[in-house]
This record gives sequence, structure tokens and C-alpha cells, in this order.
Amino acid sequence: MEAIAQLIAAEMTPAELKNNAAAASAGYAYGLAAIGPGIGIGYLVGKSVEAMARQPEAAGMVRTTMFLGIAFTEALALIGFVVFILLKFA
Amino acid sequence: MNEKLSPLALASAGQAPEVTVSRDIIRRGLIIAPLIMVIAGVIWGLTGAWSAGLGLALVLMNFGLAAALISWAAPISLALMMGVTLFGFLLRLGLISLAVFLVRDVSWVSLPALGITIIVTHLGLLFWEMRFIAASLAFPGLRPNAQEYPSSSAAETP
Repeated sequence: MEAIAQLIAAEMTPAELKNNAAAASAGYAYGLAAIGPGIGIGYLVGKSVEAMARQPEAAGMVRTTMFLGIAFTEALALIGFVVFILLKFA
Repeated sequence: MNEKLSPLALASAGQAPEVTVSRDIIRRGLIIAPLIMVIAGVIWGLTGAWSAGLGLALVLMNFGLAAALISWAAPISLALMMGVTLFGFLLRLGLISLAVFLVRDVSWVSLPALGITIIVTHLGLLFWEMRFIAASLAFPGLRPNAQEYPSSSAAETP
């Protein structure tokens, strides 16, 4: 591992190293930030479908709450995306 | 009595509350758009103002598309609604990414202004809407406008 680090350090300038690290971090930020909301939205919609199947008369209320829940969960992905564009392009 | 119900056959017909909610959010977003552009313009200059406008447009498009997809799928099948919601999430994230990638090198775009506007307006409009939704769900008799916030609709099997 140390040999690889030395090899990379020998081949690249500090600016290039910094750019590479920023690109990798940006990719991780976007990817990880999309996974969590994906799981959250899946769980949220699954439970909402279950609720609508059990109690059809409350479907309107459940859908309203579900829509807001999706939007709030999606905010996490948007934050990750914004971190990504700021790290990568700004 | 023991008739089996398939989740694929269940559907949620009736009014589409998400369309009402998103229309409300879009209306409020358009109302505050000039204010947001002015604030961004003061902080980041003219590029910030244009970027804030673009960011707000992306957020409103995101809300509208989400509501349209759900309201299209829910009357067909709840299972389809689940699939559409999940893949809609990917689709909308992809569309926002594409829009930002296309304008990242354009001279009139400030990426920090664009990013911050996306987060702030998305959360701000949601919390603004939440005030009315929470009140109408918790106290249906005290809802601000009974026609505007339907709290229930019939679900049926086609």
C-alpha cells in the first residue's frame, strides 16, 4: 500500500493529486448520497402501499404524506449532488 | 370471503393529492422566484441571479414531474406506483444532473449559487407546504381550504 502511495506521489504533482482526490471524493459523495435516499424511498413507498391496501379509505391521506416524505428524502440526494458539483466543478 | 387480492390489481383511484400539493408548491415557488433571484444577485452578482432562476426551475420541474408520475401510476396499480416512484427518483436525479452538466461551463452560471438555490428552495418550499398539510391532516376540521387539501379518496380494485 505504501509502495503504491509512493509510486503515485512520484508520478503526480501535488496539484494533480489534489484534483484526483477531489474527483474521487465527489464520486463517493454522489454515490453514497444517492444510495441512502433510494433505500429510504423504497421503504417509504412500500409501507405506503401496505397502508393503502389495508385501509383504502385513507389512501388520499397516505398519498399526501408519502409525497412529502419522498420529497424530504430526496433532499438528501440533492445535498449529495450539490456537494458533488461543488467538489468537481466549482 | 376468502377472495385473494393481488397487490398488482390494487389501485388508488379518485383525486390525486400529490398534484394538488405540487401545484401549490410550484405556485409558491413562482411567487418567491423574483425574491430568490434578487438575493442571489446581491450575493453572487448577475450570474448568481440567473443561476438561482435555473435552480428554482429545476426544483419546480422536479416536484411537478414527481407528482405527474405518481398520479399517472396510482390509478393503474399500486405496484406500478411503487416502481414508478423508485425509477422516477433515478430519472429525476438523472435529469437534474444532466441539466447541471449541460450548463456547467456556461459563462452566466455560478455553480455555488445554483447548488445552494437547489437545496434551499427545495427544503424551504417543502417546509412552507408542510405547515398547511400538517394542519389539514392533524385537524381536518380546521384545514385552511377543504377543497384544496382532500384528506381522503377512495381506493378500489379495478
